[in-house]
Amino acid sequence: MLEIRIHGRGGQGAVTAAQILAISAFLDGKQSQAFPKFGVERRGAPVEAFCRIDETPINVRSQVYTPDLLMILEPSLMQAVDVTAGLKEGAKIIVNTTQPVTDKKFERYHVSCVDASKVALDIFKADIVNTAILGAFSKVTGVVSLEAINKAIEERFAGRDRIIELNKEAVKRVYEQVQ
Amino acid sequence: MVKKVTEASQAVAEAVKLCKPAVIPVYPITPQTHIPERISDFVNSGEFDCEMIYVESEHSAISAAIGASATGVRSYTATASQGLALMHEILHIVSGMRLPVVMNVVNRALSAPINIWNDHQDSMSARDTSWIQLYVESSQEALDTTIMAFKIAEAHDVLLPVMVCLDGFTLSHVYEPVDIPEQKEVDKFLPKFNPLFKLDTKRPCTMGPVGFPDTFMDFKKEQQDAMDTSIDMIKKVNEEFGKQFGRKYGDGLLEKYLLDDAEYVFVGLGTICGTARSVIDKLREQGRKVGMLKMKAFRPFPEKEVIDYLKGAKAVAVYDRSVSFGHKGAVFAEMTSAFNDIVKKPIFHSFIAGLGGRDVTLQHIEDSFDKISKEKVSTTEWLL
Repeated sequence: MLEIRIHGRGGQGAVTAAQILAISAFLDGKQSQAFPKFGVERRGAPVEAFCRIDETPINVRSQVYTPDLLMILEPSLMQAVDVTAGLKEGAKIIVNTTQPVTDKKFERYHVSCVDASKVALDIFKADIVNTAILGAFSKVTGVVSLEAINKAIEERFAGRDRIIELNKEAVKRVYEQVQ
Repeated sequence: MVKKVTEASQAVAEAVKLCKPAVIPVYPITPQTHIPERISDFVNSGEFDCEMIYVESEHSAISAAIGASATGVRSYTATASQGLALMHEILHIVSGMRLPVVMNVVNRALSAPINIWNDHQDSMSARDTSWIQLYVESSQEALDTTIMAFKIAEAHDVLLPVMVCLDGFTLSHVYEPVDIPEQKEVDKFLPKFNPLFKLDTKRPCTMGPVGFPDTFMDFKKEQQDAMDTSIDMIKKVNEEFGKQFGRKYGDGLLEKYLLDDAEYVFVGLGTICGTARSVIDKLREQGRKVGMLKMKAFRPFPEKEVIDYLKGAKAVAVYDRSVSFGHKGAVFAEMTSAFNDIVKKPIFHSFIAGLGGRDVTLQHIEDSFDKISKEKVSTTEWLL
């Protein structure tokens, strides 16, 4: 089983990202589960969301404590929150940032940086990176296919054609950009 | 059949739509959940023809459900925590009038201190209201049990209201895969509501009048008898559901997991049982004889079945997500009471866990198995 933790700030859509990831994994033929860390939801405050992906049905219902993969939607969270808490050795981290990650505590991990904010500002005229960063997730981890993410976006935003189109474009651009 | 990843609350709303209640009175503000919100989306888009009544409190919501049900139409509502507490006096009236209202209770803590997260204090505080209480573990079970609930409640030898209880947040806010049955399949399973009595100007009758000392107690005995009868009805409906949809949940009252040869057994209700499954899988790989008995029905309390399933165990860890203050966890108290007259019985250990949304982890449950395999006398522990 793969356990993914997403760090964001209230209003950035970390929970929606986890949901779209769970839908994508299911469309790829896997079992999945997504839920937020239950706490106080305030705009701008650090929040977490979780996603589990497995080949067989998922029974466990506790929070994720030892994630295999990490997504960080906003660079200041790397100082504000103990983002690597419980993270497995050698885990992949995808972070939305313009600056290279130099902090020593990240040395043990495989960090991929992507400027998803630039893509989001360009496409949405707003710094909303929750879907865009999934493009990087797909490319870096190979856990879900780009095709499944696109289908999941269609499902999650059903009936809102323009939103679907813009989100798919954001995912595609970040997918192509990330190393 | 559509299989998709969706929120548990959405899955329950789909189940309600498939059961076609004619009237849904709800209080739409906190502590209400996503369930009525999703149902109102269906009504608004024209997919679901039903009368939603937005009332000024949960007390009024359940009162309006009584009125609707008494006129002979299928009636449903949903609530959580303080909302259920506010309904309390009317809960007795629904069951006393023998109205088969179905309600989803999204289990959440009762204040104070203010807390919106999961535990079972709300529905456990309503355990003596003569409502059937069924607890579920997954989104699929929440959907399936909501459909079964109408059939159980409306059976003429039951005629009792049913609460389908699902854990707040820990289940209600989770996205996971769910099979959503076809309307024609549900129509085949759940016949149209056929009330035994209803308010009808052509056949006038009075419902819920005064019951003097010479009759009141007889009505209460009939309620108790109906609860006893519901044990077989719950089993029967679970079997029928299994035949038609290919899914069933133990015997409908209790679900065994690797229990038959287990020496050490976990007992719990709701989502905690999923986490226990994962622990049991791991410990079984290490050769340890552990298993689970999931309580789906807490009311009626399936005493005979509980004894039958647990009598071979050495020790049992009972997890309660609520407290009967001044006494013990409610499930623990009733488990031990069931075994009063049994000579050879397991040692029961009480664990109070997960109050007000405190996470119950794999480690908690693994530690509990370690503890009950060593302790020689009954213990009580709060997993703080």
